[in-house]
Amino acid sequence: MWTWFYKLASPPYVYGVAAALRLWLFGAAALAMGYGLIAGLAIAPPDYQQGEAFRMIYVHVPGAILSLTVYTVMAAASAVALIWRIKVGHAVAAASAPIGASFALLALVTGSLWGKPMWGTYWAWDPRLTSELILLFLYVGVMSLRSAFEDPLRGDRAAALLAVVGVVNVPIVHFSVVWWNSLHQGATIVRIGAPKMPGSMLWPLLSMWLGFMLFFGAVLCMRLQAEVLNRERQASWVREAIKS
Amino acid sequence: MTNEFWSMGGYARYVWPCYGIAGAVLAWNLWAAGRYLAAAKLRAARALAMASSEAR
Repeated sequence: MWTWFYKLASPPYVYGVAAALRLWLFGAAALAMGYGLIAGLAIAPPDYQQGEAFRMIYVHVPGAILSLTVYTVMAAASAVALIWRIKVGHAVAAASAPIGASFALLALVTGSLWGKPMWGTYWAWDPRLTSELILLFLYVGVMSLRSAFEDPLRGDRAAALLAVVGVVNVPIVHFSVVWWNSLHQGATIVRIGAPKMPGSMLWPLLSMWLGFMLFFGAVLCMRLQAEVLNRERQASWVREAIKS
Repeated sequence: MTNEFWSMGGYARYVWPCYGIAGAVLAWNLWAAGRYLAAAKLRAARALAMASSEAR
């Protein structure tokens, strides 16, 4: 039962799986995002309150959800690396950090662009916005800490510790709109009960969400291959692997 | 219809930059990951070449 878990601890196995998966993931992401983009921009009806401005949801929400998902992946991989001393865990965490940071930045910038016409301001020190900004700082902190040590092993361990401690911010971002008074609207799709949107608006959003997730998977595979190579440079299996 | 689509009900200056930035983030991820992998492969190839020349 645990064979797959042990296999995931093997760098050559992980390198091979990542190389085999990434093109399929890119293809599936392109299909999902293509449908989501066309349906979200041209087919979904305008919102009865926000009009056409609501169409920003199709990049803002998938970007924001992804920024939280990637952090959770990074923290889980870091915990696995710290507890079981599995090097691949550090490689997954290192590969995830820049991707997650870019999507946290995307969520902040697109949210800011959406905020101006709806709230009358690009920025407010609102609980949701502030906790998402802290998430971006955590990503930057994890990346900086990893590269701050001359010994890569110490850098990996320090970054993993910060990633694990920082995961406390993930539920804070998600529930900030429930726990505190916030300008930001409540959860639309990741909530208990049915989503708050009609199907014509929801399906493109779910498709974009799926597309962003698959895109993350594909980019993670590429970065993971690079991280594994950087850590296993002297290993005998690398000679065959870099030929392909 | 076309003008109506591009004007986004008067919100064009918010909606289109939003999609532009999303496209830029996706493109950056693709480009940066590709570059990072290519650099890692090059470093690994150099390390292997050095190791085999030392063995001789």
